Amino acid sequence: MDTTDILQAEVSHALADGIPLWIRGGNSKAFYGNPAVAACRELDTQSHTGVIDYVPEELMIRVRSGTPLFEVQKLLDENGQMLPFEPPDFGGKATIGGVVAAGLSGPRRPWSGAVRDFVLGVTLLTGQAKVLSFGGQVMKNVAGYDVSRLVVGAMGTLGLILDISLKVLPRPESEVTLRVCPDDFRYRINKLFGASIGLSAHAYLEKNLYIRVNDKSGIDGDILDNSLWHKINNHQLPVLQHGRNLWRISVPQSASEYLTQASVIEWGGALRWVADPTDDPHQIITTGHATLFRSSDAMQRNRFHPLDPVVARIHRNLKQHFDPRGIFNPDRLTWRSSADQYSH
Amino acid sequence: MTEGKSVFIRQLRAICGEDMITDTARLRVYETDGLTARKQTPWIVVLPSTVTQVQAIVQLCNAQGIPVVARGAGTGLSGGAMPHSEGVLLSLAKFNRILEVNEAELRARVQPGVTNLSISDAVSHLGLYYAPDPSSQIACTIGGNVAENSGGVHCLKYGLTVHNVIKLKIVSPAGELYELGSDAMDAPGFDLLAVMHGSEGMLGIVVEVTVKLLPKPPAICVVLAAFAEVEAAATSVGKIIGSGILPAGLEMMDQLAIEAVEAYVHAGYPTDSAALLLCELDGNQLELEAQHQKLTGILDNNGASKIFTAWEETDRLRLWQGRKSAFPAVGRISPDYYCMDGTIPRRELPQVLTAISELSRTFSLPVANVFHAGDGNLHPLILYDANKQDELQRAEALGARILELCIASGGTITGEHGVGVEKIDQMCIQFSADELQLFHGVKSSFDEYGTLNPGKAVPTLSRCAEFGAMHVHSGAEKHPNLERF
Repeated sequence: MDTTDILQAEVSHALADGIPLWIRGGNSKAFYGNPAVAACRELDTQSHTGVIDYVPEELMIRVRSGTPLFEVQKLLDENGQMLPFEPPDFGGKATIGGVVAAGLSGPRRPWSGAVRDFVLGVTLLTGQAKVLSFGGQVMKNVAGYDVSRLVVGAMGTLGLILDISLKVLPRPESEVTLRVCPDDFRYRINKLFGASIGLSAHAYLEKNLYIRVNDKSGIDGDILDNSLWHKINNHQLPVLQHGRNLWRISVPQSASEYLTQASVIEWGGALRWVADPTDDPHQIITTGHATLFRSSDAMQRNRFHPLDPVVARIHRNLKQHFDPRGIFNPDRLTWRSSADQYSH
Repeated sequence: MTEGKSVFIRQLRAICGEDMITDTARLRVYETDGLTARKQTPWIVVLPSTVTQVQAIVQLCNAQGIPVVARGAGTGLSGGAMPHSEGVLLSLAKFNRILEVNEAELRARVQPGVTNLSISDAVSHLGLYYAPDPSSQIACTIGGNVAENSGGVHCLKYGLTVHNVIKLKIVSPAGELYELGSDAMDAPGFDLLAVMHGSEGMLGIVVEVTVKLLPKPPAICVVLAAFAEVEAAATSVGKIIGSGILPAGLEMMDQLAIEAVEAYVHAGYPTDSAALLLCELDGNQLELEAQHQKLTGILDNNGASKIFTAWEETDRLRLWQGRKSAFPAVGRISPDYYCMDGTIPRRELPQVLTAISELSRTFSLPVANVFHAGDGNLHPLILYDANKQDELQRAEALGARILELCIASGGTITGEHGVGVEKIDQMCIQFSADELQLFHGVKSSFDEYGTLNPGKAVPTLSRCAEFGAMHVHSGAEKHPNLERF
């Protein structure tokens, strides 16, 4: 159902009474991002649903933001296709709008690309209650600035995503999950990345290396169920559940930080999950960034990595143009600069 | 020259020394990019060789309200690097070094003036390559590729420039140096790295680019299929993609283009066909053979009159040579040609191609079609003679009609060549006033005083009003899902 009218009226209402909005889809990622700074009214997108356009030959699907992720995945699966960035669903309630707003990608990301790599176009409800369209439904489009990709990972702070056009891809024919003999993951990964074995997932945990490859790869290992990747992606393994604070560390593959402390290492070393580090990852990471992903302290602020001062200024300027009155998700994503990070 | 201007030139010379051009004869070299129909002599050209110089130049210009237009190799096809008569043209030609190749993490750090092809050449001995391959790859620079978000024949499978660049070092209009993206797989905050791609030099000056490298596929083949009907070729494109095959490249040419190419490079194309498809497959040997069988079956069932597979590298390169030479080949059979760049959903291909040939008859100008069929990215080449009265105007009018056709079919006015000065009026058709206004907001978020490449890519609302095509979405806010472009 198209509920643009209702959502637009909510934004106008917020502009009139000055009470900001907290966008909520399936609420599967309520734990993610900074807590609200001000009292907010919830803006629920779950009625704004439906597939607007899907022709499998076009490798494109256009969906309203409140549509549950599992419905989109089911439809694509029935047609032998998939969302190549393999987003987490955190309990099965995620909406496609939340997937794009959070910008989180799963195990396939190093080989297929991230959420942003598959966004072709968006319709956005801005902080001035305007409905604007950017990008489109075609694979290549350089008319105008790439606003469609700008909103990926912006956590709703630039406006409410009304619908999204995504590039989709054929699903690989057959993949198998293997546990290969314990080894230094860096040694293995260098050999694996270059080989033509259809590598599409990689995780190192509890001194075991797990990979997903095509079933004709010729690699030896214990064959496991492919559902392992869903469990890792959605933090259903005990190793990702203990501790008060779980940090997401995004670094170059061969970086040395948190190599031994990490509970799980994914993406050939580029993504590391660390529970309760003794130091402050925001200060430790020099190349890459750290996010306090989950915290038992709901009021914990400053979860995202501080930005370069010039980049922070551009963030503030953009926010001013997309949402001048600060109606959407106040402070959920911050753009504090490294110059002022410890001043508050 | 006013005193202010001569003071400015002295200040600029203090930064650039001899790497500066002010005499008319030498300035003329820079008067145009690949869109040769539009010319403008710059006021001054500077050719710095250090990032510090770039910072100082941009800062000086920004402080004094002097426009700065960045330029790579000048191969762009939309006039994005067309100079400003009262501005400084900033050539990045001297930034031509590959700074670092990281074999373990599959990336290379290069300067913006490095040519596209030289990156692949430099890492070829490691079994690696840089995927995006615009036809001008021998000459075009990676900095220009970022500015235009360039594609090429392999982007259906391997993506555009935006998918293959992981980090940029940028000089802001105020002269500050900053980075976007990361050697890690993501970066905090908004995706400004994506916004920089295709921004046509209007948001910042790119002074360093880190690209992703890919291992060369172990096996490759190229299939040529000839058709007696254009429509059958166009229909086959959708069938191939729908079957689950993801070709590394899928290109189409019509008869006029085939004849021109064959006369020029003798690629072995069947000149008696109405259309041909070139389809490249890659992967490991087993996968490749299975896909090849599936592909030839589809082509057979959809009326291909001839199917030829190039398994050997020499045959493959010969087939691609024909495709990549298509523009110059057409240049040989016509005094001038005008290259369009609209993109449409693949399912619209047969109808749009028919409509283009009707427009070609109406305007009495031949149109050759050679394009990225797999992406739905059309490159109609309008043949004309600038020396004949009103032919250029007719060619431009025909081009404008083709772009409007693309928008009406649910597509866009530019897939990979950019808006520049060429398609700026069509932006008024594709976008509403509010959307254009937000683009100006994006611009000023990066470039407060409008110093960088002013007047390109995004039209002012008054320009659209003058053009008479302002697309006012009356009631559009009530029907946001109405198909508009």
